[in-house]
Amino acid sequence: MAKLKTWKEIPIGGLTEAGSSARFLTGSWRVERPIFDKEKCINCMLCWVVCPDMSIVVKDGKVTGMDLDYCKGCGACASICPVKAITMEPETKFQK
Amino acid sequence: MIAEKTLVAITGAMASAHAMRQINPDVVAAYPITPQTPIMMNFAQFVADGLADTEVVTVESEHSAMSACVGAAAAGARVMTATAANGLALMHEIVYIAASTRLPMVMSIVNRALSGPINIHCDHSDTMAERDSGWIQIFCENAQEVYESTILAMKWAENEKVLLPVMVNQDGFIISHSVENVEILPDDVVKEFVGEHVPHEPLLDVEHPITYGPLDLYDYYFEHKRQQMEAMKEAEKEFPKIAAKLSAITGNEYDFIESYKLDDAEYVIVTLGSSAGTVKYVVDEMRETGKKVGLLKIRVFRPFPGKRIAEALNGKKAVAVLDRSASFGAEAPIYAEVKSALYTIKERPILQSYVYGLGGRDFTPDHAKTAFDRLMKGEFFEGEGYLGLRD
Repeated sequence: MAKLKTWKEIPIGGLTEAGSSARFLTGSWRVERPIFDKEKCINCMLCWVVCPDMSIVVKDGKVTGMDLDYCKGCGACASICPVKAITMEPETKFQK
Repeated sequence: MIAEKTLVAITGAMASAHAMRQINPDVVAAYPITPQTPIMMNFAQFVADGLADTEVVTVESEHSAMSACVGAAAAGARVMTATAANGLALMHEIVYIAASTRLPMVMSIVNRALSGPINIHCDHSDTMAERDSGWIQIFCENAQEVYESTILAMKWAENEKVLLPVMVNQDGFIISHSVENVEILPDDVVKEFVGEHVPHEPLLDVEHPITYGPLDLYDYYFEHKRQQMEAMKEAEKEFPKIAAKLSAITGNEYDFIESYKLDDAEYVIVTLGSSAGTVKYVVDEMRETGKKVGLLKIRVFRPFPGKRIAEALNGKKAVAVLDRSASFGAEAPIYAEVKSALYTIKERPILQSYVYGLGGRDFTPDHAKTAFDRLMKGEFFEGEGYLGLRD
């Protein structure tokens, strides 16, 4: 962890540089992990619309998976999916 | 050079509105509440008549008014607003956010009793509830001070070493709705005095994107609070310079405190707001019969001018501190702070706390005279006394 700065060294008013939340990996909060079934997906993009953390990864108009660095496991994607291509599994299953 | 002034007969609310018109802020977001309403009513008329080109945002509550002011100030606008009593209480959450985000703005507060029971008349319970919010607080004795303090406040708030919001307080109805003679500066003189607003890290500067209001936990919140404490210290240092610049234009003085016949006084009343005018009248009257009485008026309550007050009261025989608000279960706010300020001096006067004028109860010359008479007779008692209360 970087050395913390003193009150004289930081910007006033709690201002920080733009886009700093990219460094804040909220995926560690997750208790359930979305499991994506590529075969069932119809690429309707509803999961992409509802995801509050921009964690649905889309390439060339197709969903390719979830960005687990930021996915908090809220399950909104699994809930909205009309073809049940996303299911939520307990995170404990993936712990070594 | 003293500017050529125009003498007009206007209310304190209109004095605020004229100052706002001449400052011509980019954004004013406000919600009507008695007795603040005439400020915004008159200012909105100025805008409608093309005398100011401010974006007036008529929001649905004071919480939204202060939120819109915070957003506009973060965007880089010069911002003003006005409220009173329960309106200020509803803003409370965002009042802290404006100060801690270091967004300069000026808010006219027309002091009114906080409910309940519901009451629309003057006391200071509204603004005293915000004394730890991180805002600078100025109190005015009359409409002239309202006008000049508002102009001064804009310059003070936007000072690059300060960057804090400022409340300009005027007593509800007593000042806001009473017509007095007020000397108004020429528009161009005020425009030049306040100058162009140079915002600190404006959000609209898209070439330099920045984050406002991020989560600030145990690793940095404390450091940001320390910066706020420093900003108040800077505000105290910068004020005399800004005040001197305005004095050069108006010929009037704007110290943190005003001493009235205080130098040789033995018995002193400390107060702020319109009651200072009443006490001056009584001081004059009692001086005619040889009584050594004087007044210490607090003009700036935040940052609190404790050292100046202590110096001014050093060696006095007895002092009555008047509060137009109460602190239930504790000493009244101004009394508590004056008492604290006197701790470091050698010749501490005897102190007496008085609460007066709650909910618009009149403060008359007789009340001030009673306080002086008791000081001179050595009539002191535990806790606070009351002026104008039916015992």
